[in-house]
Amino acid sequence: MLNPEFEIQLIAVLVAMACAVPGVYLVLRRMSMVTDAITHTILLGIVIGFFIVKDLNSPVLILGATIIGVMTVWVSELLSDTRLMVEESAIGIVYPLFFSIAVILISRYAGSAHLDTDSVLLGELAFAPFNRYTVNGVDIGAKGLYTSGFLLLLNLIFVGVFFKELKLVIFDPALATIIGFSPAIIHYALMSVVSVTIVGSFEAVGSVLVIAFMIGPPATAYLLTNDLKRMILYSMAIGSFSGIIGFRLAMLLDVSIPGSMAVVVGFVFMLAVLFAPKRGLVSTLLLRAKQRKTYHQLALLWHVYQHEHTDRANVENHISTISKHLNWEQSKIDRIVASLVQDGKLQVRDGMLYNMLDASELEAFLFDE
Amino acid sequence: MKGIIELFSDYTFQIVALGTGLLGVVSGVLGTFTVLRRQSLLGDGISHAALPGVVIAFLLTGTKNTEVLLFGALIAGLIVSFLITLVTRYTRVKFNTALAVFLSVFFGLGLALLSYAQRHPNANQAGLSRFIYGQASTFLARDVWIVAIAGLFVLILVFLFWKELKVFTFDPTFAQSLGYSRTRLDMIMNLLLVVSIVIGLQAVGVILMSAMFIAPSVAARQWSKSLGGMVLLSAVFGAMSGVLGTLVSSAYANLPTGPVIVVCASIIAGISLLFAPGRGLVHSFYRRYKARKEMKGKQALNA
Repeated sequence: MLNPEFEIQLIAVLVAMACAVPGVYLVLRRMSMVTDAITHTILLGIVIGFFIVKDLNSPVLILGATIIGVMTVWVSELLSDTRLMVEESAIGIVYPLFFSIAVILISRYAGSAHLDTDSVLLGELAFAPFNRYTVNGVDIGAKGLYTSGFLLLLNLIFVGVFFKELKLVIFDPALATIIGFSPAIIHYALMSVVSVTIVGSFEAVGSVLVIAFMIGPPATAYLLTNDLKRMILYSMAIGSFSGIIGFRLAMLLDVSIPGSMAVVVGFVFMLAVLFAPKRGLVSTLLLRAKQRKTYHQLALLWHVYQHEHTDRANVENHISTISKHLNWEQSKIDRIVASLVQDGKLQVRDGMLYNMLDASELEAFLFDE
Repeated sequence: MKGIIELFSDYTFQIVALGTGLLGVVSGVLGTFTVLRRQSLLGDGISHAALPGVVIAFLLTGTKNTEVLLFGALIAGLIVSFLITLVTRYTRVKFNTALAVFLSVFFGLGLALLSYAQRHPNANQAGLSRFIYGQASTFLARDVWIVAIAGLFVLILVFLFWKELKVFTFDPTFAQSLGYSRTRLDMIMNLLLVVSIVIGLQAVGVILMSAMFIAPSVAARQWSKSLGGMVLLSAVFGAMSGVLGTLVSSAYANLPTGPVIVVCASIIAGISLLFAPGRGLVHSFYRRYKARKEMKGKQALNA
């Protein structure tokens, strides 16, 4: 038998990887909030399934939950297709309604049964190793290991087999239709996979962590790469990393494991938001600052170039009067002039500005920067 | 019938219905703007994010004073709305992705903190989880005052900034060209949204709070074409859902108030979608049917 701590981490890694795969497609299709909706509505599926079979361990519950998950997406789309409301509002109406019906059914009719919202929604990974899987009386590991392993395998096969179809439908649904792939079939296949993954995972890790694992790592990977395959790989890696670190942190601080894992997912995401090369906040702000400076340099240089060798040159191009013509503050003029002089693009003699570039160089500066 | 009259004269019922009705008005008004700005689900994100705020406020002060806890929720809500704006404005991550990430991460943080609070020396944190699902039936007169004062604050601000909010909602680029700061209006909008979510937490809970914003506004949209009409109707629908939901849940045993309110709001939205004149589904089906019949008549004439 594996040591329980190792088992928990293994389950977390498997769930994180299984969630990351369909999550990438949700992030790219701008459907991230579907996960939030499904994690809540599956409760209704479980409740209805429970009323039918009266057994909490029956696979009918899983089936019911998966169907309701797909139905959530379907009903939302029906509503937004009426064009009476936008997609976000449709989701925002459907999921609280389904969830409310579930809560009402539970509190009214299943009060005595062991079916409470907490255990479904909040989940506790710490208990996963107690839920054993036995064959002929022999313990062969925690149940969560098998479910999450199965989900990962299923998702990898799905994405492996339909890789180009999914890619086509995400990036160019119109082309997909013309070629003869039905975007609707691919879409609902993907939604079924999402739903199964959520249903299979929440028992082990709880719904909050399912959303965090499904959207957090792909959102992080989205900031790091433009390549679909890499995005999937990065997401799986980031999810696993967050799972393991989150577990260690939870042990250290003695707090809820899924909670702490979700926090690590958010931390990694924020790191990418701030420092991702090219697409992070810092590089975006640096780029914008640089563009602003180049724009000002160009505008000033262009002004000087336009008025050189004209009668008004000494009025237009004098360092003390140019601020009036460009309508900039003097301090800004001084700053831009200094930077241009440093680059050798401008010279100042007796307060007069002289452009050092000829027409073709100026054009090159304009189009290269 | 006699039972219902008895219920109306019941003090507890009056308090709870007053609270949920006021809440419906405020969220109906605010919801109109978020729905029109295509940010319906922002409320969902902010309400989930309120949980760590509540727990931190408890851990820092050790009290379960509603004002203190709600203040914590307010701060957390403002932080998360700021983060979402930051991420969507400066990176390629889209609005709903940022929302989903922060929603789960903040809620996760809330759970972690809650498990920490459970080991807290004066460990009576039992009242905290009521914010997750909401318990309108625990409403006291004092809580209704909080809702009323905060709600009034929101409504006055909406009234004062009416034309700014209007132009900002329908044409943000035009608003900017008029010289209104987008950042400032975003902040005002977020502040209003956060305040109205926070006051709803106690009654409806973090999970269902977002429905209070969306359903009444979507219903109102079907009946009215003007912003003023929509806001007014949405407020009425919100109040109706609140009072009706409270009524139904107090009339039967074991019916939680929050979910019943949400079901009421959804029913109002459903009726509006079906039967609103002009836009409604029934009317548009009838129109299509008539057009088809007319077309057939013309074809018969031509043939």
